Amino acid sequence: MRQQQENLHTQHIDWPTLLIYTIFVLAGWINIYAAVYEPEHSSIFDITQNYGKQMIWIGVSAFIALMIMLIDDKFFYAFSYMSYGIMIALNIAVMFLSKEVKGAHAWFEIGSFRLQPAEFAKFATALTLARFMSHYDFSLKDKKHWYKVAGIILLPMGIILAQNDTGSALVYCSFVFVLYREGLPGWILFICLALGIISVLALVMNPDTLTYILIGVGMVAVFLLRASKQGMIVVAAVVLFCVGVVKGIDYLFYKLQPHQQQRVNVLLGKEVDLKGAGYNVHQSKIAIGSGGLLGKGFLEGTQTKFNFVPEQSTDFIFCTVGEEYGFIGSSVLIILFVVLFIRLIAIAERQRNRFNKIYGYCVASILFFHFTINIGMTIGLLPVIGIPLPFFSYGGSSLISFTILLFILLRLDASRVFQLRGSTY
Amino acid sequence: MIDSSTKKITLYIIFISVGFIFLIRLFWLQVVDDTYVRFAQNNVLNEEVVYPARGLVYDRNGKLLVYNDAIYDLMVVPERLKKLDTAGFCEVLGISRDEFDRRFERIKKSKGYSKYRAVIFEKQLTIPVYAAFQEKLYDFTGFYVQTRTDRKYVYKSAAHVMGYIGEVTDKIIEQSKGYYRMGDYFGVNGIERSYENELRGTRGIKYVLVDVHNRAQGRYKDGLFDTASVAGLNVTTTLDHELQEYGEKLIANKRGSIVAIEPSTGEILAIVSFPTYDPNLFIGRERGNNYLKLLRDPMKPLFNRPIAAPYPPGSIFKIIMSLVGQQEGVLNPNTTYGCARGASFGSVHVGCHPHSSPLALRQGIAISCNAYFCNVYRSVIDNRRYPTTEAAFDQWRKHVLSFGLGQRLGIDLPGEGTGNVPTSTYYSKIYGQGHWKASTTISLGIGQGELGITPLQMANVTAILANRGYYITPHIVKAIAGKKLNNPAFTQKHFTSVDTAYYGVVIDAMQDVVERGTATIARLKNIIVCGKTGTAQNPHGKDHSVFFAFAPRENPKIAIAVVIENAGFGATYAAPIASLMIEQYLTDTITRPWMEERLLNTDLIHQPATNETTTGKPAHSTH
Repeated sequence: MRQQQENLHTQHIDWPTLLIYTIFVLAGWINIYAAVYEPEHSSIFDITQNYGKQMIWIGVSAFIALMIMLIDDKFFYAFSYMSYGIMIALNIAVMFLSKEVKGAHAWFEIGSFRLQPAEFAKFATALTLARFMSHYDFSLKDKKHWYKVAGIILLPMGIILAQNDTGSALVYCSFVFVLYREGLPGWILFICLALGIISVLALVMNPDTLTYILIGVGMVAVFLLRASKQGMIVVAAVVLFCVGVVKGIDYLFYKLQPHQQQRVNVLLGKEVDLKGAGYNVHQSKIAIGSGGLLGKGFLEGTQTKFNFVPEQSTDFIFCTVGEEYGFIGSSVLIILFVVLFIRLIAIAERQRNRFNKIYGYCVASILFFHFTINIGMTIGLLPVIGIPLPFFSYGGSSLISFTILLFILLRLDASRVFQLRGSTY
Repeated sequence: MIDSSTKKITLYIIFISVGFIFLIRLFWLQVVDDTYVRFAQNNVLNEEVVYPARGLVYDRNGKLLVYNDAIYDLMVVPERLKKLDTAGFCEVLGISRDEFDRRFERIKKSKGYSKYRAVIFEKQLTIPVYAAFQEKLYDFTGFYVQTRTDRKYVYKSAAHVMGYIGEVTDKIIEQSKGYYRMGDYFGVNGIERSYENELRGTRGIKYVLVDVHNRAQGRYKDGLFDTASVAGLNVTTTLDHELQEYGEKLIANKRGSIVAIEPSTGEILAIVSFPTYDPNLFIGRERGNNYLKLLRDPMKPLFNRPIAAPYPPGSIFKIIMSLVGQQEGVLNPNTTYGCARGASFGSVHVGCHPHSSPLALRQGIAISCNAYFCNVYRSVIDNRRYPTTEAAFDQWRKHVLSFGLGQRLGIDLPGEGTGNVPTSTYYSKIYGQGHWKASTTISLGIGQGELGITPLQMANVTAILANRGYYITPHIVKAIAGKKLNNPAFTQKHFTSVDTAYYGVVIDAMQDVVERGTATIARLKNIIVCGKTGTAQNPHGKDHSVFFAFAPRENPKIAIAVVIENAGFGATYAAPIASLMIEQYLTDTITRPWMEERLLNTDLIHQPATNETTTGKPAHSTH
């Protein structure tokens, strides 16, 4: 059995996931090419351009993926705490050793390449969380364990916030799905989701209007639940709580200094500034909306040609998909992502040991969070929070880190048949 | 494990429903709602700068002096250039193909070049070219016409005060920290420069959607992101346009300056410099050529004499000597000195014209006796109260500086000169410490030697006399946007170091000067004019004619200084000009047309005055 484990059996690799990964990476590359296309540099292999560079990153990612598949699966369990320590150290170091880029201290510069350690902290945190939570006597009901779990998640989140990279920090919220799967009561998840949604709404909408809507919805719910006294009380409590949150956020917002308010407004795309976030979203919607049903075709996206949307090859890459491939193309992308998530949950659920399973949920949650925030932003449903679309967006750090994240799971999954159910090594 | 599988299913539901929401949203954006398609069709955003109208300039009575005129610049956004019919384009514009290429080379090399930013391709299109362009503009994708305003000067007068605007230089762009852009205009000189921040207004930006044929399709988001241009603030100057124009008429063809100040406010009523130029030469396409022509003109018409040119003040300085002497306690109205066509001080003989002797202070001023004021100077400098000559000289200099001499007064016009009042160190360096005394520098007592005073400073001294002891910094702007200028620098009283009590005898004497002294030509009916003539020695040629005066004696309304270069006695040209100016300003009528006629017909530049008025003049005469 030991012999078998060391020689990876290719038939145990989850080929559907690998296929989707490959499609995403190649489609991403083509879309980056279309987004920053310039006739003067028309070769997709031109490494002075973003698409040429992305080709290099794809090569590096493929190599790293191969390496991961060749490493003993126990390595990742053993390596988890160490990787966490290294990533924390790197993320602290980057604050002091980096130049400011777009207001954030988040990039190491090595020659002409830039490395963003926050990207790599994700898989390290996922591994650490999986290892800690897979301990045989671990229980979320134990307060001490609870605090430690919270600490594992909040430490990198806080450091990345200090780097002024709010988007990357928010990604750590996605671990709430993992905690939910591992025993967090459903109502906490509900409150978390509701808080998230209401917070966004409270800042985007008029708080008074939102209050009336909440009270209205609450009254309808109370009417429907009039048979159950307990149900009515719960609904009333929830509505009161929500209204409290809305008012609280409103109050806190006006307590902020004007420049802080402005920053929040820009973050939410409310700021009336043509060069700011509001403009990006509007142009992004025009680009996607003008794609129509079938799209304008490869390299035919006129909106992309005039540099209307900054960050077009990174955070707003979905615009190019929407414009050039239309509703059909963007639907295929959305469906493929959802298929990937379903597949990842299925992979996680079929694991025989908790470490693998928890890690599987971490991967699914992180990718889902990126997908939701990124696409929600480009189609104007969510505030502008700059985080990349996994596998698509231009950028070495993000592509390599997502590759590592996913391939560790594929590697663990490939060995699942050799592991005993419930084993924690 | 019921709980476990419900949780799994809940997560499936959450993940799938987000995907589902996105699909619905995309279906709405891409298939149902076609507004975005329309947006995209005309979604080439043109950022058009809306240039504000520069502030207008008025005189003190609300007469418009400067306004704006529309001009059209041809702009190009290099990134938008597509399939340009170069030959056709060059034909419309009337330039050669080579010139076309050269211009693009130059644009690409210019500072801050970006292919996305509009730059000027051709400045100030003529109206026919502009019309031709409007017709064919859709053929020339990437080009558009930008309207902006240029200055128009209603009158040819006060060119040096108005100044002019010109294109910003790279240095100015850098210093402005991004306010100015290539091709912008800014005030280069005059009030255009000193009040640039008020006059320029705020640039606006209009976002216009244009289609692929470069045709405007309308405003972007109904102008939500547009910023309005805010017109510059109107500036009201202190100038009295009629007086200014009259002064320019009188001084025509005579090199020199006139400065008239309202003593109680420091407001400049007229400030004339000749030779001058037509301010309208600084607008339009010929701006650059005209500028070079003026710059090379040997008459130096660009030189702003009244605020920049220092002259030895001559006899008018005797007024300051009278005040300083009294303040230092070495002179009183009864002090008498003798004069026998001059007097000797050490080895220096100072000449004087024949007059009765001895004289007291009042007559000394009225007759402008050289010997008298050299004696006053000697008594100030050789005053035993001070241990050394240097100390006494420093004290004298301190008094003189308190009259605003030897320093910039701080007028709100660029290019003000300091004039010169020498220091004791200067003389110690020449003669050696302790090796010079009053007699060494005796000519300072009669306003000669190293003294240099600008006409503005002279007028300011006159204002001090009119105010009996203080001045308010002379200034040229009275109000901005209809509101009185709120600048403490232009309301604060600067007192001289001489007590008000000492001014009485001097003013009596200045009245005598006009009524029975050296400047009877300046006398006016019903208005008491107090003045003093001067003849400033000019080592390079004929002496300068100097006169300063204020009127009426009580509650003075105007203080004026006139300097006419190479014109001889103060009484010959400077005094009558000042007198006519005072009369014009105070009564609006001219009762002595013969005098006016004579001045208008005098051309000292092309037919220099004969020397007969000065022949036989003794050395150091400074009447």
